[in-house]
Amino acid sequence: MQGLNPFQRGQGDGGRPAPVRHVPSRPAPQPQRPVRKDPAPSRLAYRLNRMMLRPLVRRLVHVGLPAFLAALVAGIWLSDDTRRANLTGGLDAIVDRIQHREAFMVKMMTIEGASPVVDKGLRAMLPVDLPASSFEIDLEKLRERVLKLDAVEAVDLRIKPGGILSAVVTERVPAVLWRHARGIEILDKTGHRVASVTARDIRSDLPIISGEGADRAAAEALALIDAAGPILPRLRGLERMGERRWDVVLDRGQRIKLPETGALQALERAIALDRAQHMLERDITVVDLRKQQRPVVRLGLDAQNAIRRARGQPELGPDGQPIAAKATNGRKKSG
Amino acid sequence: MKDLYEVQRAMRNMRRQAMQRGVIAVLDIGTSKIACLVLQFDGPSQFRETDGVGPMAGQSNFRVIGTATTRSRGMRYGEIETMAETERAIRTVIQSAQKVAGVRVDHVIACISGARPASYGLAGEIALPAGKVTEGDVARVLASCDVPDFGRGREVLHAQPVNFALDGRSGLSDPRDQSGSRLACDMHVLTIDGDAAGNLEHCIRRCDMELAGVASASYASGLAALVEDEQELGAACIDLGGGTTGVSVFIKKHMIFADAVRVGGELITQDIAKGLRVSHAVAERLKTLHGGLEATGRDDREMIELGGETGDWETDRRSVSRADLIGIMRPRVEEILENVAGILDAAGFDSMPSRQIVLTGGGSQIPGLDVLASRMLGQNVRIGRPLRIQGLPHNATAPGFSSAIGLALLTAHPQDEWWDFDMPAEHYPARSLRRAYRWFRNNW
Repeated sequence: MQGLNPFQRGQGDGGRPAPVRHVPSRPAPQPQRPVRKDPAPSRLAYRLNRMMLRPLVRRLVHVGLPAFLAALVAGIWLSDDTRRANLTGGLDAIVDRIQHREAFMVKMMTIEGASPVVDKGLRAMLPVDLPASSFEIDLEKLRERVLKLDAVEAVDLRIKPGGILSAVVTERVPAVLWRHARGIEILDKTGHRVASVTARDIRSDLPIISGEGADRAAAEALALIDAAGPILPRLRGLERMGERRWDVVLDRGQRIKLPETGALQALERAIALDRAQHMLERDITVVDLRKQQRPVVRLGLDAQNAIRRARGQPELGPDGQPIAAKATNGRKKSG
Repeated sequence: MKDLYEVQRAMRNMRRQAMQRGVIAVLDIGTSKIACLVLQFDGPSQFRETDGVGPMAGQSNFRVIGTATTRSRGMRYGEIETMAETERAIRTVIQSAQKVAGVRVDHVIACISGARPASYGLAGEIALPAGKVTEGDVARVLASCDVPDFGRGREVLHAQPVNFALDGRSGLSDPRDQSGSRLACDMHVLTIDGDAAGNLEHCIRRCDMELAGVASASYASGLAALVEDEQELGAACIDLGGGTTGVSVFIKKHMIFADAVRVGGELITQDIAKGLRVSHAVAERLKTLHGGLEATGRDDREMIELGGETGDWETDRRSVSRADLIGIMRPRVEEILENVAGILDAAGFDSMPSRQIVLTGGGSQIPGLDVLASRMLGQNVRIGRPLRIQGLPHNATAPGFSSAIGLALLTAHPQDEWWDFDMPAEHYPARSLRRAYRWFRNNW
């Protein structure tokens, strides 16, 4: 095994003086080798590692602890009023700055198809003063409020580019006047209120209806009025009786009582009768058409008296009692 | 043997708990390295019958999910020498295996390679009053084995029934429900030093783990390295470890003998270090990279730089020929194999029908070992690699891992031991009556 003994001995024996060697006073400091760390985990590290491998602990540490810390920090930071105010103020300012950009501003409002009154009302309804941000105008709510105006049938609200709030209004068309216990109102053809008037003369061009619940049957009333063609000049109006049927009121105190159903046919029948026999020109107070099979006519006082005279019966007074009998009755009462 | 029965029973229960939890660690504490496999048991339904993978003796129902190896510390001759150091090494390996597996492991099955194992063959015989073998009769015949004096401080590691005989019909593996009048059994008992086993248990307990079983390393490596035919027909497994060389002899799929030589690969390294005057680390590197047993003419010309970092240029620049290295290693390996041959002679290996010898363990990787071993031990010698199990990384398939893998196989498919059978009934009453009496006396 060569090479194992590198130290050859006996190189020159004695004789020669030892060479002078300058021995440094102290060995130069060797760079300290880093101590190799023990690869084994300490008991504590081992136990912690094993604890961390428990699913519950692991979830707690990985999820629960960060969440708790975040909540804690946020809570502590927000517990100060000033900071909270600063935070909300800052957020509000950002929101405000974005909402009040030039692109979102509404500068003017245009209204089409509205009468001056509705126009004024509409402008008053706008919740903000223009110019305002379009985020502050809730079009849906505004539309609902506008639709609460009786005169407005439909409204189309939109914000057009260029900052214009455009409202296209469809107004209700007055069709009929309705007189009831609390005054006179104008209704449209569906019976919805349009406006109130103080006197009938203000809209003398519109027909008049009266009685409780007449507005709910306004469409039928308008159909009846349309059908009243030949007797229209004599028509005073329609009266709703007991919220179920119509009476056609003519001048000279005449009345045509119409049935609950088939009122239009009944009126046409009355007009046909009138056309054939001039029924309504005679002294007739009431034409009762409530029963289709049996129209009934109530004669006027003059006609009745003429018949009674011809029969030799005592005449009737304006209260409907025979005059002579009434006299005796009055005598009996006084006596 | 009563308390032993209880202890082993407790370990079996622990093992059952671990199987229910599904995760168990296997720890091979050797002299030069500690290996840990984390096994996951996820039921037998991984393969279908149609896949052509049958049950494979219970090997298909588990999977290795974590592997770790570390250098062993505080061990000598397969026994714990410095408890604290070994504990640190166990902590290291378990922590890294857990890290790989990503799960916490609470139960561990360990194997012990040294501790002076001693094999005993016991025989017992009973009469069968019922004329039929029942479960209790098996336990009774096992309990009737005449136990020799094991010596002071010895503990039984394995007590496996290897053979049953019923009225002269021998070679039964399962005599239950068979009719006969006399039942005899042969039991193989392996004892080790009780102190070594206690130290191991203590170390594992210090690492907050529950010990769910202990096995002999030579037995485990035999399970992993021998193929089924060899186990059936008779073979010896020689596990050339770091500090010890384990020998186990199998026939009819039962271990019938196990022993260990207290010489191993560490000694070869030590020889190289002494002979070449190099450090232990350098010697280990030389042994693993350039070692060999059969010198050829070419080896004389092949010079190996010794290296080293002593700081002395002359020392660090030396070189030796490979023939020199072989010249150091070969006598030591021959000594080991001589010892093994002595053990095999003592075990009566010559009388076995098939004398297959399988070399495994880290030391079996020395080139030329098979030639040397066949010259010294017999013709039928092969180098055995451990069985392949599912999920094992490639770097853990080396022969050095055969005892760890065998332990995993043993965990999945445990061998019937004496304590797996119920304690014979006649052992109960005296103690329980005494306990009842004591309870009455204490309370009234």
